[in-house]
Amino acid sequence: MNILREKQFDAIIVGGGGAGLRASLELSSSGYHVAVVSKVFPTRSHTVAAQGGINAALGNVEGEDDWRWHMYDTTLGSDFLGDQDAIEYMCKHAPDTVLELEKMGMPFSRDENGKIYQRAFGGQTRHYGKEFSVHRTCAASDRTGHAMLHTLYQQNIRAKTQFLTEWYAIDLVKSESGKVCGVIAIEMKTGDLYFLNAKVTVLATGGAGKIFKSTTNAYTCTGDGLGMVYRAGLPLQDMEMWQFHPTGIANVGVLISEGARGEGGYLTNSEGERFMQRYAPQYKDLACRDVVSRCSAIEIREGRGCGPNKDYVLLNISHLGEEIILKRLPGITDLARTFAGVDPLKEPIPVVPTCHYMMGGIPTNPQAQVIDVQKGKDQVVPGLYAAGECASVSVHGANRLGANSLLDIVVFGRAAGKHIKGLLDNGYEQETVDQGALNRSMSRYQRWMDNKAGPSYSELRLRLQNLMQKDFGVFRTKEAMQEGLDGLIAIRHEMQNATISDHSKAFNTALIEALELDNMIEVAYATALGALHREESRGAHSRIDFPNRDDKHWHAHLITYTDGRVAKRAVNMKPHEMDPIKLKERDK
Amino acid sequence: MQVTIYRYNPDFDQKPTYKMYDVDTSKVHGIMLLDVLEYIKANLDDSLAFRRSCGGGVCGSDGININGKNSLACITPFKELPEKVTLRPLPGMPIIRDLIVNLDQFYTQYNSVKPYLQTHSNPEKEHIQSIEQRDKLDGLYECILCACCSSSCPSFWWNPDKFVGPAGLLAAARFILDSRDEEKESRLKDLDDLYRLYRCRSIMNCTTVCPKGLNPNAAISKIRDEMIKSKTTCTEPHHEHD
Repeated sequence: MNILREKQFDAIIVGGGGAGLRASLELSSSGYHVAVVSKVFPTRSHTVAAQGGINAALGNVEGEDDWRWHMYDTTLGSDFLGDQDAIEYMCKHAPDTVLELEKMGMPFSRDENGKIYQRAFGGQTRHYGKEFSVHRTCAASDRTGHAMLHTLYQQNIRAKTQFLTEWYAIDLVKSESGKVCGVIAIEMKTGDLYFLNAKVTVLATGGAGKIFKSTTNAYTCTGDGLGMVYRAGLPLQDMEMWQFHPTGIANVGVLISEGARGEGGYLTNSEGERFMQRYAPQYKDLACRDVVSRCSAIEIREGRGCGPNKDYVLLNISHLGEEIILKRLPGITDLARTFAGVDPLKEPIPVVPTCHYMMGGIPTNPQAQVIDVQKGKDQVVPGLYAAGECASVSVHGANRLGANSLLDIVVFGRAAGKHIKGLLDNGYEQETVDQGALNRSMSRYQRWMDNKAGPSYSELRLRLQNLMQKDFGVFRTKEAMQEGLDGLIAIRHEMQNATISDHSKAFNTALIEALELDNMIEVAYATALGALHREESRGAHSRIDFPNRDDKHWHAHLITYTDGRVAKRAVNMKPHEMDPIKLKERDK
Repeated sequence: MQVTIYRYNPDFDQKPTYKMYDVDTSKVHGIMLLDVLEYIKANLDDSLAFRRSCGGGVCGSDGININGKNSLACITPFKELPEKVTLRPLPGMPIIRDLIVNLDQFYTQYNSVKPYLQTHSNPEKEHIQSIEQRDKLDGLYECILCACCSSSCPSFWWNPDKFVGPAGLLAAARFILDSRDEEKESRLKDLDDLYRLYRCRSIMNCTTVCPKGLNPNAAISKIRDEMIKSKTTCTEPHHEHD
């Protein structure tokens, strides 16, 4: 048995991506004892791969923009499943947050006035849907996530933030009263186990796209925070809402930014038709991602796909010319050459809808406090916060607008930091934890170390990914999803006996992958529960058997628990500074 | 494909060994060397340890030495490699396990150049920076800290504690040349040192291996140019102690 060591903190932040680093920056300058716990060196977090930009109503191009218009677009984009108080908070704070990043040194591209360069992106309008193709997306070439993550890391160096780099958080530790008191974590280099005893724990663990076989997500996007929350008996929200990005490189899954269409690129089918003009005459190729992905999927399904197997569509940018492409889209030009073997200066890029983003997650309020629901009422979980892709505030609802994710992570990472500072300033006390709680939180580590005969973790992981890809893709039906859920329950059962063959201590990556797989299965299970339950089509959740949005029955969040319970939770329709945006059909 | 990999587990190995894996590449999902490593780990030997994250050449996790040359496994197509491939950890770095090296010294040098914007002004909105001024950061800010350059640099092998190394100097140049930064002079002064900057002998290994096509050697030349322009002078050594 591994001896349990202990470290004490005022706050720990699990995850070193944009949300985690923005939260830590807020706290490390305040004099509190804070640490970022990250399973990878922080600049390897998946924020680094974001390309296109970050939305803020700065109006650098049109001269006038308004956060309320941004809010309108975000709400419609969410297919009305986004919480309007949270969306309001995000859009209103977007300009300040972006200007703050610029002042930290983020190398934004510039316009001819020397201001931050802004490009067009999907789903964006002015004057509440009356004027299309607005330039609201602030960009650092097509490497905006890289520029942001490195800037935030650099600022944390300046602020002397403490990092526990290549430490992996296994499970939350709760006191008897239900307060979260930190995590059990493994120092990967030595294999030693620690109780990181913290008054406040922030989950900023990112997405979980690796539950699908084909995804733009990193290997490390395994839903670790979600698994921890589920196992702690807390709910997950809207997990059926997975965004399929219209332009993942066919057969590889690597992302080609929406910025390619923002700069003037367009999609064509095998007949050379710009098919988005037919489906969405106003937005065209800059319709919301759920819409474009469905249209591409329909084109492919109806036989108008390209290539020998007619299984992809084409993204054309060559008409933009070499100068624009190399200036504005150099990163995706490299990716297309490396992964698709095509030169986008001359030829179109083969693309397909590819799993990209998890709109659902750990329910929180706009202060990033984690929410449990008791007897139909929201209850704050003491000591626990969540921000970024792992959280469901919910600003993205059923479909996220492009360039709202980089915004989400910095706005709510900052909000978490500020709220925690207020809490600690008022003398927030830690509760005691008994040995039983610690043992419970170490139990799955022990299971992997003890299991000697059973299926290998890698075999079960592949089965899980294939199942999710087959049964929970762009279009869904009850039959396929029921079969999928049954399969998931079987895999979950087999996991109890699953094995790794490496039981050594030093940097045991098989153990880490196995622990990640525990989390992936919980995320997949939550996805299946929500998707089967929601009998309508809304945003990214498209059911062939229920093709329409049904506000009367389903204008509600769905929360699910690890024991299979499913419940509805009201969508917030009460912004503070403007009239609520009323339910209506989305514009095309 | 025959893949021979450096293996070392500090839990029980007295010294490192090489292990050969015969891989039927038709079974590998994907086209990159990283996909081959993933195949080996999932199907042949789960004890093989390596780092990886994004799989698309932007996170910088999987820098390794491939048949003698440093690169990222995730953007190296395995079909472009010979039938026999030997993989080693990045050279010149302490080895933790298998292909995983200890990068602490590399990060310490990066931190030493104060890789963050230093300004005393606080404009109401953003700093104004012209397109031409911003263009000077291209080729500098894109570094992914994969360490392929510094671990291919003999000057860094010899003096990892004193020579900043190509990656750290690239980061230094990124801030020295940023029109918004107001600490250019102190940055130059800090680098005006026989080891920190001038251990670079311009042998160009860094530029040859950079998987992102960046040119740390040119960045170092720019720092030297700025050094001359700012009229700070380098003290000529009487004796060099290597």
